Amino acid sequence: MEAAILTACADPSTLSGLSWLVCYLTTGKHMAFYGSFGTVLLLLAVTAPVALGFGFAAAMAARSRIWPLSWFGRGYIAIVRGVPDIAFFLFFVIALDQFFEWLRHEVKCPDWDQPVWQGNDFVVCSAAKLPLNNSAQWVHEAYGFSLAVITFAIVFGAFAANVLYGAMRAVPRAQLETAEAYGMTQRQTFWRILVPQMWVYALPGLSNLWMVLIKATPLLFLLGVEDIVYWARELGGSKTAKFTDYPHGDWRMWYFLALLVFYLAFTWVSEKVLNRLMARLTHGQATVGGEAQRKTVGKAA
Amino acid sequence: MKNILIGTAALAMLATAALAESHSVVRLGTEGAYPPYNFINDAGEVDGFERELGDELCKRAELTCEWTTNDWDSIIPNLTSGNYDAIIAGMSITDERKDVIDFTQNYTPPSPSAFAAMSADLDLESAVISAQTGTIQAAHVTSMGGATLLEFANPDETIAAVKNGEADAVMADKDFLIPVVEESGGDMSFVGEDVALGGGIGMGFRKSDPELREKFDTAIQSMKDDGTLNALIVKHLGEDSPKF
Repeated sequence: MEAAILTACADPSTLSGLSWLVCYLTTGKHMAFYGSFGTVLLLLAVTAPVALGFGFAAAMAARSRIWPLSWFGRGYIAIVRGVPDIAFFLFFVIALDQFFEWLRHEVKCPDWDQPVWQGNDFVVCSAAKLPLNNSAQWVHEAYGFSLAVITFAIVFGAFAANVLYGAMRAVPRAQLETAEAYGMTQRQTFWRILVPQMWVYALPGLSNLWMVLIKATPLLFLLGVEDIVYWARELGGSKTAKFTDYPHGDWRMWYFLALLVFYLAFTWVSEKVLNRLMARLTHGQATVGGEAQRKTVGKAA
Repeated sequence: MKNILIGTAALAMLATAALAESHSVVRLGTEGAYPPYNFINDAGEVDGFERELGDELCKRAELTCEWTTNDWDSIIPNLTSGNYDAIIAGMSITDERKDVIDFTQNYTPPSPSAFAAMSADLDLESAVISAQTGTIQAAHVTSMGGATLLEFANPDETIAAVKNGEADAVMADKDFLIPVVEESGGDMSFVGEDVALGGGIGMGFRKSDPELREKFDTAIQSMKDDGTLNALIVKHLGEDSPKF
């Protein structure tokens, strides 16, 4: 099949209509474009749980009675939420990368006698480079991707922390008092009563964040990861016959239209899934939603 | 950090696995959006004048090179922070840039920049002119007095702005504009006089990395001496482009 396409596409200038389009849409560049959809989905799949983890930890820290911990949690939430995303993404990634390299530099090259900062240049010994200069290309790509995940997780973790912090406070006090009356320790009350009940309060906020995260993925290109928006712009820009076998005018509109459909479809599916999740979490809860569910079930029976 | 898997990847991987020395692979950073100097071809690889030049220079300097692409805006910061080792991206040698990075000798002679517009009788002195952010052309437009500069992040958008009427004219390297004007079917034409800007195009290196710059400088000199550089210029930039 692929071989057939290759031979048929050997001279695109002789083709027209559908066969031209088929050849055009199967160039290596388009394959990279299709692949970048996978990159974006993978980023979302990895970032969402990591960010939730960051958020949960920060919310717990902010609630803590140990003041340095509480201070740290609140500081993280306040600072990261206050800094514009783009500034954070531009500044933070280079800084993070340099921080990792500096740590490795200190460990691996203790007898290095030159300064790390030489004028504008950040210079570490070659053994401390991340990734090593001679690592395979995929290692460089994977490293860039991990930096992206960490950055996204830190940014969205702060927002998630705020949502979870609010949700933890929204659980009716009576529930916790009852737990205490049964003789549960603070830790038991937290994990067995508070955490299972808070999700229903957190979900609307978290689903908002998820939607924002989906739309924030084009920031990937700022982090050096070639995402769908980069490729759409690159492929859609007008191409002259000298530099491609498939010359065309400014087609960016069509490519961005395809992205629009992708984003809309994706948010639509997310909405469906989140609604089901909400229905499930509401089950048996002492909220308006839970009460409504109880009544309809009662009537049916 | 920015990355496209390119060319002889399998071979390069085998070679890199075998070599323990870290500087054995030199990472070349380019923009990939500035034909004929550098662009992404149909197969998704870096192509163009600088691709062929860079590969030949690496061969002569006996280095293993890998290509990566990076946004123009952050191409110098990513070099100085060590995410790649050299810039080869149609970057003109200017005094401002020399403050931050070091250049090899130029591998194209100072070549003219030009204006292209939809109407041939445009008065450039009062026109809105598009140029790419952080280029010598953008700096030139600001110094033109009556003209208004409209900046864009990549070269393609500067052309699109002229075509949709947002800007009256675009200013860029003439070698970049020639194919654009030729293929516009008569819609676009050159206006005004060509302007000689900058000291030609060179490769950029970290100031702390003089040995590597020296190696490429020697390789460029050898290509100038045996005439292969002129042949490459004719092949990619056209007969009329200035030669050494």
